[in-house]
Amino acid sequence: METFAALAHGMAVAVQPMNLLYALIGVFLGTAVGVLPGIGPALTVALLLPVTYKLDPGGSLIMFAGIYYGGMYGGSTTAILINTPGESASMATALEGNKMAKAGRGGPALATSAIGSFVAGTIATIGLAFLAPWLVDFAVRFGPEDYFALMCVAFVTVSATFGDSPIRGLTSLFIGLTLGLIGIDKLTGQARLAFGMPELLDGVEVTTLAVGLFAVGEALHVASRRHHAEEKIEPVRGSLWMTRQDWMRSWKPWLRGTMFGFPIGALPAGGAEIPTFLSYSTEKRLSKHPEEFGKGAIEGVAGPEAANNASAAGTLVPLLTLGLPTSATAAMMLAGFQQYGLNPGPLLFAERPDLVWGLIASLFIANVMLLVLNLPLVGLWVRLLAIPQPWLYAGILVFATMGTIAAKPSVVELSMLAAFGVLGFLMRRFDFPIAPVVVGLILGPIAESQLRRALAISLGDPIVLLQSPMSATLLGIALTALVAPFVLKGLGRFKASED
Amino acid sequence: MMPFHTRLFGAVVALTLAATAPALSQQLELKIMAPAAPGGGWDQTARAMQQALVAAKIARSVQVTNVAGAGGSVGIAQFVNGAKGDGNQMMVNGFVMVGALAMNKSPVTLEQVTPIARLTEEIQVIVVPANSPLKTAQDLAAAVKADIAKVTFAGGSAGGVDHVMAALFAGTIGADAKKINYIPFSGGGESLAAILGGKVTAGISGLSEYEGQIKSGKLRALGVTSEKRIAGIDIPTFKEQGIDLVLANWRSVVAPPGITPEQRKTLSEAVEKMVQSDAWKDILKQKGWDDAYLSGDAFADFLKKETTRVTDVLKSVGLVKS
Repeated sequence: METFAALAHGMAVAVQPMNLLYALIGVFLGTAVGVLPGIGPALTVALLLPVTYKLDPGGSLIMFAGIYYGGMYGGSTTAILINTPGESASMATALEGNKMAKAGRGGPALATSAIGSFVAGTIATIGLAFLAPWLVDFAVRFGPEDYFALMCVAFVTVSATFGDSPIRGLTSLFIGLTLGLIGIDKLTGQARLAFGMPELLDGVEVTTLAVGLFAVGEALHVASRRHHAEEKIEPVRGSLWMTRQDWMRSWKPWLRGTMFGFPIGALPAGGAEIPTFLSYSTEKRLSKHPEEFGKGAIEGVAGPEAANNASAAGTLVPLLTLGLPTSATAAMMLAGFQQYGLNPGPLLFAERPDLVWGLIASLFIANVMLLVLNLPLVGLWVRLLAIPQPWLYAGILVFATMGTIAAKPSVVELSMLAAFGVLGFLMRRFDFPIAPVVVGLILGPIAESQLRRALAISLGDPIVLLQSPMSATLLGIALTALVAPFVLKGLGRFKASED
Repeated sequence: MMPFHTRLFGAVVALTLAATAPALSQQLELKIMAPAAPGGGWDQTARAMQQALVAAKIARSVQVTNVAGAGGSVGIAQFVNGAKGDGNQMMVNGFVMVGALAMNKSPVTLEQVTPIARLTEEIQVIVVPANSPLKTAQDLAAAVKADIAKVTFAGGSAGGVDHVMAALFAGTIGADAKKINYIPFSGGGESLAAILGGKVTAGISGLSEYEGQIKSGKLRALGVTSEKRIAGIDIPTFKEQGIDLVLANWRSVVAPPGITPEQRKTLSEAVEKMVQSDAWKDILKQKGWDDAYLSGDAFADFLKKETTRVTDVLKSVGLVKS
């Protein structure tokens, strides 16, 4: 097959010692910046662009791809260990991962996330190599109404999944939706809820909200509990490595996560957040141990982590085949391509096959390197948890603040971080789930603009939402997910009365 | 306050570049602000200047800072207030900032900065999917005149250059610009997907962004906004199709308010030397930017005229309340 030959050729390009070195530098840098909240892979690639100007195109693109994959790995490490997601895509990982870490199962959590990322990254890269041309056609046909329907599915599953009661989940979700309204309205350019502050015009930064709610809120919560009973954190309980049971419980979520991550990541407005949360919800539903969710269920780490990495590979589909950058990092990589006078798009595969297939092959290699780099570090990372609590949380606060300052150096941003921290504390105190707030902030504005775009195109006719088969199907799924629990409950009662 | 990492990286970059050029550069130590996040056009312009100024030994060191937010409104506010009277600082800006400042009712305006020079410009293009029945700009004009609401334009952010262009197009052909059905997409190629997928009638963007798609035949270009046909590009201008639509997405560089005439002269000369340097010419070629160097009073005039034109257009489409 042609693809195999091309891939083999690409492999030959990628294993050249210099390119291996670039890949290694890339994954190392990526892991490092992924660990720090605020300094994401996009910023790193941006800063490296002028430096790599003199290097050869193949090598530096391979390095950028390494940074991209590495960033996805690194983000999950802090999410699991100190409940501070390095970027929004590792938020779902923090939910169960951090609970596992606190219960002395940090080792298996990190391992399942590393191996899951590897599995998902590899499958998705194979998908990229073989399905790209087909998938991109599908992705381009995804219109605003289809995106809106996809968001509806996400809203329904997410609000039903989190928290003890739907009302609490919905309350949190609506806090997030409200925060999502802040800033310039994308369709009319008018400012909303900005109160005349120019810093608010771009809206609330997702990482600021996530770090505030998760990390700062957690630190305040722990501080407030110190006089009651000290929460016992066990650095390691049982094996540091995954047990047989862990493997059994992980492999299916890895595969399912990949199935969510890759196609949604390939959508021009898909992103990594939706698949991670969809994966989390799915695993919670399918798990044989639903009671463990919220207390540290390994499925809740394995699935989202796989989805996260698979979506990273998905993003490269439209980038390489159409020249469509669909994430900040992909946009930077596009700039990297252009720096060498290369235009990604339909012509790139034909014009520079060595480069494209070299890049795809080096993604495989980057994946192996990340696994090799990350697994031995697991033992080292979990020792972090042995640090006395006051020191650890003081460190987290410093870390969170620095990350926020690095992303956006402004007083307003820091005040927001603090305010979100207090909000996170109060929500914890009164048992409201935190994740839906962030989901609302991320998905709310997308859902809104896609719906309004769809309606603008159809001249205000809502039928457009049902005319597209994709959108009709997705809305059907959302409706079923919403109604099914009640119907099943009713059926259950019906059956019970029959007995 | 600058992020430590950016500063460190900036320093490393400056050092590496300085090390490759033999010593004896001038003693200029400049700071250039890109009022946007890393990666966008302004950031790339600032970093290109950094590269050229150092490589051509015009400045000893150049530091690029990013202050993102609201189409440059946050950056310019910080620049005007924080860099007042500092003859070693400059800020990159462009077409989009004019509209953003008007729409955000920014208390700081472009009248407050000291104009230095326009550097580059990019020609705009209107495209349709390959299977669209529209073949020429006149076809599109006829469609707009027939039912303006049914013709959907996809482009960048509301009030940005693409939006202004859609309004100008409608106005030029005698349609009511207020009624255009313009659908803003957040950059990142989202609008390209909508055009390729046939969700909208036409797309508006910078020429370079769609060049690959046009060459591969997936998109058809109806017209470009340049005054005359550009060499090597086989797309008719709007003007030669009888539609008087001339527009360019320009980028320029300005200095803080309150600098002395000598300081202004030093900066202007440094920029002039830079645009003449081979390093700068190489970068332009590499990035596909067109040289649009205009300096001194001519640039100040241009800036004033563009501001009036853009503000008028935005008022006409109701984005800016007068």
